[in-house]
Amino acid sequence: MTRIVHKFTRKVPEWQPRVVPVKLEEATPQQLDALKVTPSNTKVSDYVLTLAHDVESLSVRSPLFNAIMYDRGGMSREERELGALAASMVNRCVYCAAVHADRHAKLSKDESVTDELFAKGEKADLDPRNRAIFDFSRKAAEAPPSAGPEDIEALANAGLSDEEIFDLILSSSLFGWANRLMHVLGDPVSRKETA
Amino acid sequence: MNISDMTILSKAGVTQNSALSGVVSSRGNIIGMAQVAEEAVLRPKDSGAFAHDLRAAIAARVARLAGDERLAAYYAADAGQYSTLADPEETGGQQDELAAVLSFVDKVANQTREAAAEDVAGLQAAGVSDADIVRLCELVAFLAFQVRVIAGLRLMQRESA
Repeated sequence: MTRIVHKFTRKVPEWQPRVVPVKLEEATPQQLDALKVTPSNTKVSDYVLTLAHDVESLSVRSPLFNAIMYDRGGMSREERELGALAASMVNRCVYCAAVHADRHAKLSKDESVTDELFAKGEKADLDPRNRAIFDFSRKAAEAPPSAGPEDIEALANAGLSDEEIFDLILSSSLFGWANRLMHVLGDPVSRKETA
Repeated sequence: MNISDMTILSKAGVTQNSALSGVVSSRGNIIGMAQVAEEAVLRPKDSGAFAHDLRAAIAARVARLAGDERLAAYYAADAGQYSTLADPEETGGQQDELAAVLSFVDKVANQTREAAAEDVAGLQAAGVSDADIVRLCELVAFLAFQVRVIAGLRLMQRESA
């Protein structure tokens, strides 16, 4: 029975690589450094061990990811998660969508927005600010990107500052990157039932 | 951060005198790390199966698939012997491994949602190692990010590619 998850969900699946990840016991010092392995932290996900095959990219990608999603100021964290989610839905990265829908629900203490998005996709009933954020991010994630001046205008009309709009560009674009790793290099699989 | 040295800003037409220079400077750490990431995927110390000129050709190809001729020209300048591959019409012809690499690049870049286990298996069957598959994905995936940040900044300034 296949355990691959095909439908969008907030229940975060496991991620099963399609290539063989780096084995921790065979990792080079540079890989160990990028993996942030220390005597007190020896747990590393298969995803990160997979990316360790390209250690120069991994070393810069992790801090860049954290800065775009978590640095202070500008757009709220939950709205950055919405940008990440929109891109993940366009690219059908079920794993990424689950992680970022779950974070959005927790940060906003509200499951209704992500419930609505998973039920109705781009036709979801959203408030004007979320509508503008989702629409811009969805169009920007298309390949080729299809967002236009009217989408930026809609963001400004919904009350977003230039700082917030730039943060949204960064967070939605970041998932153009993350989706192409996670969705291409592995499968989302349902977690084994715990006995 | 020196604005003119940052690919994302220079290709989006953001200069020291732009109205947006304050906004982007407040995220200067991010722009700087994005530049380091470009080095890591275009000009890595360990380039695996993909030499720097081949990486530049693939980057130009992905930029062109995204409709960004200005960014494509920037990368194509470093593509050397591989410059013909910057044209998405070029399939790699009789070279099985190169043809498999190019069709994978095109799919990951522009038909992302359709990417499937067979695509990775196809590269493996063509003789591409797992480490090189990850390297190739990182290159295409980074370009997807860079293209979109540039496109967004152009929209904020009402500039076209």
